[in-house]
Amino acid sequence: MNFVKKLIATLALLPALALANEGGFVLDKAPERPSLSSLQNGAKLFVNYCLNCHAASSMRYNRLKDLGITDEQIKANLLFAGDKVGDLMTTAMRPADAKAWFGAVPPDLSVIARAKASTAGTGGDYLYTYLRTFYKDDTRPTGWNNMVVPNVAMPHVMWQLQGVRTVKMVEEKDPHDHSKTTHKFAGFQQETPGTLTQTEFDTNIADLVGYLEWMAEPAQQTRKRLGVWVMLLMCVFVLFTWLLSKSYWKEVK
Amino acid sequence: MAAFKETKFPANAPASQKAVGWIDDRFPLSKLWNDQWGKYYAPKNFNFWYIFGILATFILVLQIVTGIFLTMHYKPDANLAFGSVEYIMREVPWGWLVRYMHSTGASAFFIVIYLHMTRGLLYGSYRKPRELLWLFGFAIFLALMAEAFFGYLLPWGQMSYWGAQVIVNLFGAIPLIGPDLSLWIRGDYVVSDATLNRFFAFHVIAIPLVILGLVAAHLIALHEVGSNNPDGIEIKDNLGPDGHPVDGVPSHPYYTVHDLFGVSVFLLVFSAVIFFAPEMGGYFLEYNNFIPADSLKTPTHIAPTWYFTPFYSVLRATTADFMYVLMGVVAAYVAFLWLKSRLSFLTKIIVAIIGIVVIIGMLPSVLDAKFWGVVLFGSSVVIIALLPWLDHSPVRSIRYRPTWHKYVLVVFGLAFITLGYLGTQPPSPAGGVISQICTLLYFGFFLLMPWWSAMGHFKPVPKRVTFHPH
Repeated sequence: MNFVKKLIATLALLPALALANEGGFVLDKAPERPSLSSLQNGAKLFVNYCLNCHAASSMRYNRLKDLGITDEQIKANLLFAGDKVGDLMTTAMRPADAKAWFGAVPPDLSVIARAKASTAGTGGDYLYTYLRTFYKDDTRPTGWNNMVVPNVAMPHVMWQLQGVRTVKMVEEKDPHDHSKTTHKFAGFQQETPGTLTQTEFDTNIADLVGYLEWMAEPAQQTRKRLGVWVMLLMCVFVLFTWLLSKSYWKEVK
Repeated sequence: MAAFKETKFPANAPASQKAVGWIDDRFPLSKLWNDQWGKYYAPKNFNFWYIFGILATFILVLQIVTGIFLTMHYKPDANLAFGSVEYIMREVPWGWLVRYMHSTGASAFFIVIYLHMTRGLLYGSYRKPRELLWLFGFAIFLALMAEAFFGYLLPWGQMSYWGAQVIVNLFGAIPLIGPDLSLWIRGDYVVSDATLNRFFAFHVIAIPLVILGLVAAHLIALHEVGSNNPDGIEIKDNLGPDGHPVDGVPSHPYYTVHDLFGVSVFLLVFSAVIFFAPEMGGYFLEYNNFIPADSLKTPTHIAPTWYFTPFYSVLRATTADFMYVLMGVVAAYVAFLWLKSRLSFLTKIIVAIIGIVVIIGMLPSVLDAKFWGVVLFGSSVVIIALLPWLDHSPVRSIRYRPTWHKYVLVVFGLAFITLGYLGTQPPSPAGGVISQICTLLYFGFFLLMPWWSAMGHFKPVPKRVTFHPH
């Protein structure tokens, strides 16, 4: 019977299935850069490079005060074209235009760091890898392609910082079918240098990702700080209720 | 109807006594308190498993209170819903805390309810005379599933949207009326603003009212028949000279302080999740649900929230080629009932006719596997209600049952958890076969219970409860 056959095949395959790779580009771990200066740098990069096309419509500019930036600094450095500090981070680009220009409407980035988490890594890991794996590809309308999201609609916005890179592909025998060959990624090739070194670029992306993670849940630090006190209080509460219960139950024989 | 009689108090009686007396003459306040809690004698040998009832009540209150505050800021509108949740998370003072309490509370509710039901299974709490108590509890479980399902659409994320789409489409598998029925539920051809609005109405008022009513019925029934206990014996069989059970203690103050301790431990764990892991690795708040609902983009993997996945796995396990296994199982079960049950001849004839109709219905040319998947999905939930009549064990508690009954329970529990885990994962060939085996184990546990529960060597049941003074 079909079911029994499938069962036997499954049991035989179990070890192999457990080890099977889920596929997709392996994500790099996003470095933790929690200092305020890093987050401020991330905010600056975000406003300058991302906010032209993407919106963060749940985020107010003046929430950046949580990162130690003053209203005056926001007005002077981060606001363009008459926005008020209490405004939400919206974009002037209309969705219909975006669709025509890029083929897709750029997603809102308010909670993108939470949305992109998966079993492969945190949302931060995803964004950190995604933003660092753009490469030049003349077959694409924008001239750019990406390792994490193949055939992505978004161009490499920070190419001047990173420089132009291409990918090296090696031909390899298909391990399952030796008559075929597969293309395997074998690293990037720097074609023209950027204004930043590779390390500087990675650090800046880490700052930007740190900012995106902060923006996805601005209350996160407050939550964890408060959590410690709540836990301590609860421990005391548990101790007292335990003693109270014990004192009553002493008399139950 | 007796004439109204005002209770007379001496002039120097405390004001509080006079006030309570004044109320008692007009409303049975003291009587209610004493019947339901104050002088309600509960067995003194309750263990860890007996905390989940009060915890469920506590979470119910927590969900209602946090829900009220969320409703003040949430917008049940397809264009505004997603943004309004983020507004609560960012702009509303302490909104993030209230939202996390509500989202974590939903999962906590199910954890506590599943443990509460496990307790019933361990100690035979559903056995006579507590059948109706069990049925009320089962109805609360159903209402809670509806409540969670309706509530899960409200954040209007991708998982909200597509989860609702998938579940509502299940009704479409019902022959004849199915497609119209799912259209009627949605109020549109796809899940849309109309669906969101009605789900909001069900979530914030209709179902909570039902739950509150059922909880009241559940508690009244419990305090009428009295609590079971880990030994599965009736404490009312041993009354003391004062007319109260010798193995019982009044709930107040003993279980008041005991439950307060339980609630405090729960709050400790609950706070740890809220403050340090509110997403719980994508199980309590799914990552995909941080993407706004998009009716044009179907996610690659759609799964309901973890508390539905055991039943959802049963649905997914019912594939076209599994139908032949099921046909064999139905035939075998009918044959088994003919040979091994003491049902009347007429009943056996009826069972055989139903069996033949079901087997014919399972033929691929008659009704498709999707229909039977929905039937099994529904049955896997409803079968829990039948426990009082399926369990034929001469003793209630697992303590005095044959040791191998414990292993049966463990296998059942593992099958349930495996189904739950597989339901959260994308479908795979291996997972499919494992979930099919677990589906058979799950139903086998219930359908064969009238026989296995009466088999083996039972231990003598004590006359008095097992209790070690603290």
